[in-house]
Amino acid sequence: MAIKIEMPKLSDTMEEGVIAKWNVKEGDKVSSGDVIAEVETDKATMEVEVFDDGTILKILAGEGDAIPLGGIMAVIGDEGEDISDLLSGANGGGDAPPAQKEKKADKKESADSAKKEEFDPILGDLNGKTGESKAEPASAASDENETGDGRIKVSPLARKMAEDKGINLSDVKGSGPDGRIVKKDIEEFTPASKPAEKSAAVQLFESEEAEEVRISQMRKTIAKRLSESKFTNPHFYETIDIDMEPAMAARAGLNEVSDVKISFNDIIVKAASVALRRHPAVNSSWLGDVIRKHGDVNVAVAVAIDEGLMTPVLRNTDKKNLRQISAETRELASLARDRKLAPEQMEGSTFTISNLGMFGIEEFTAIINPPNACILAVGAIRHVPVVKDGAVVPGHRMKVTLSSDHRVVDGAKAAEFLNTFRQLLENPLSMLL
Amino acid sequence: MAVLQFREALLQAIDEEMDRDERVFIMGEEVAEYNGAYKVTEGLLDKYGFKRVIDTPISELGFAGIGVGAAMNGLRPIVEFMTFNFAVLAADQIINHATKVRYMLGGQASVPIVFRGPNASAGQLGATHSVAYDSMYAHFPGLSVIYPSEPDDAKGLLKSAIRNDDTVVFMESEQMYGLKGEVSDESDYIIPIGKAKIKRAGDDVTVVASGKMYHIAKQAAAQLEKEGIEVELIDPRTIKPFDIKTVIESIQKTNRCVIVDEAHPYGGMAAEAGFLIQRDAFDYLDAPVLRVTLPDVNAPFSKPLFDLWLPDAKKVVQAVKAVMYRN
Repeated sequence: MAIKIEMPKLSDTMEEGVIAKWNVKEGDKVSSGDVIAEVETDKATMEVEVFDDGTILKILAGEGDAIPLGGIMAVIGDEGEDISDLLSGANGGGDAPPAQKEKKADKKESADSAKKEEFDPILGDLNGKTGESKAEPASAASDENETGDGRIKVSPLARKMAEDKGINLSDVKGSGPDGRIVKKDIEEFTPASKPAEKSAAVQLFESEEAEEVRISQMRKTIAKRLSESKFTNPHFYETIDIDMEPAMAARAGLNEVSDVKISFNDIIVKAASVALRRHPAVNSSWLGDVIRKHGDVNVAVAVAIDEGLMTPVLRNTDKKNLRQISAETRELASLARDRKLAPEQMEGSTFTISNLGMFGIEEFTAIINPPNACILAVGAIRHVPVVKDGAVVPGHRMKVTLSSDHRVVDGAKAAEFLNTFRQLLENPLSMLL
Repeated sequence: MAVLQFREALLQAIDEEMDRDERVFIMGEEVAEYNGAYKVTEGLLDKYGFKRVIDTPISELGFAGIGVGAAMNGLRPIVEFMTFNFAVLAADQIINHATKVRYMLGGQASVPIVFRGPNASAGQLGATHSVAYDSMYAHFPGLSVIYPSEPDDAKGLLKSAIRNDDTVVFMESEQMYGLKGEVSDESDYIIPIGKAKIKRAGDDVTVVASGKMYHIAKQAAAQLEKEGIEVELIDPRTIKPFDIKTVIESIQKTNRCVIVDEAHPYGGMAAEAGFLIQRDAFDYLDAPVLRVTLPDVNAPFSKPLFDLWLPDAKKVVQAVKAVMYRN
């Protein structure tokens, strides 16, 4: 019996998916667990698997086509089967199929049995796996080096090298058979840091010839959410100037003893989290009929990536120490850049921090990241003359601007929050109180 | 350095040892009056006479037994088999007597004997005349197995084998007797048993191969060099005791290994070396160890099938590329 392959719901906010790549064509035989296509959602490129054996009878969308949730991508069934009934109702939308993530174990099994007939006495399994991985195209999104049971495939040498270099294997993409991480992958691995240097430099000079670029799902989402936020939420802005010398001294002291390098951003995340705990009104959301004051403090950090912007969420940052915040930020930023963030790593924020200090931006205003009530825009630490005890002396200052949703937060509340934030940075020890 | 044929290097070793030690004698089919089926013993009868260069009847079990008895009584026999494929008939004397006498008599007697002759296949000789026995003999405690690939190794190792106080199985190849190579001029040239030799240095992959397979691996290494892959080629020379240390040190550099073994796959030298490598070099491996062996099939007589059956340079190249992840 013919079966419709519908556009699955691959992320929480997904409304449609764009076919990035077909791995099969009409007439191909497929078995349960085969990845037949890659689909670009608003957040990542994901693989679409089939859960039945059969022949691809019809493909209903080309690469680059957008299909709504539940829309029919393809039909599989027995060769020669009449599918005209199925097709008559095609792509009029439909119920979203349940999220389909299980059954990965089957994948391995069917691949194994298909391989047996071609067993090579010299290459053994390795040969089969190499051949198989050739057929499977590299996909940017899914964890290829993980098998269905969550194991990461890695050669013993690569595992040891990663351990010696302190590289988290889940950040590394394997190039060996079945996604095995091998020596080369570790040698060529560049830990993700300094997020946006590249994109900024490129954009400044590249405007000689106009070019029309297809709008990616991610860009569509950014456009939609931020327009909605800016045009709906009554934004107001408050800027405060902070003496950063105490925080700089504290950071230098910490980094003398810490095995993880603590960045200014980590200290800012921590200070904001402690301040949010003290000012629950800022840690809130406008929900239309009620205002929710969140119990947890979950801070989203804006990470620039080539194709746009992502906001991975650090959870319970008021309760975490700087080492944890630093390590977690690094990991999430790197996942974001590889577009490997899991949906749950992008959801549940109660506040957002956007830091453009590394670009030397003195101050800027950010658009609130819904459903947060506020977003903090962090500028650069500047070496400037300051007045201290009646004299002009060299000092270090940083400006931050809080954008607030006036429906939730009033001017005085926002100012109180900013004052607490400043005091925490100007007296870092007080974060321990 | 003199350039000698493999058979001449063996002859030099036997001659020098017979000259040095009058307890050394040689016996086997056609070794005396015919000067050896493969001319390894050429001229020895004239020089040492019938007492020390002895033609035997076609009775492998019988003369192997005579050899074991002579060794127990203080002589140092060299027993030549026309091929180790015929020595299967003498396996009881080798496996049950030569290797066990010292152990069972609590050290009161030993069996300093060398069983030597060609091993494995040599073209279309059929299933019963094409078996590689090195791995099988290496299975048993109480003996050493040597399978040299070049005249120099053959000379130095055969002299060591003759001087060894316990049983040595010394393997040659019909196809290598004419192989020429430089042989050390050292007056008493000895290569210790159990010492591998790195015959080609390289950084990319370790290839282990002995005897005839060494030459297959060498061809593969030359082809791979053209494609930018540098093979480190190790000839273990002695199958047992196996010099795993040299192999491990190489893998620590290359992180990958292919073993070429002329035996069938099950329980062969490649299996044993592969086990030792995963145990001792686990953290250095970037790919599974692969082996190129005969299939688990008896030797075919048909030429096309035989060529398919015997490991060749192409198969070695393929395995090396697989462990390099370069397919």
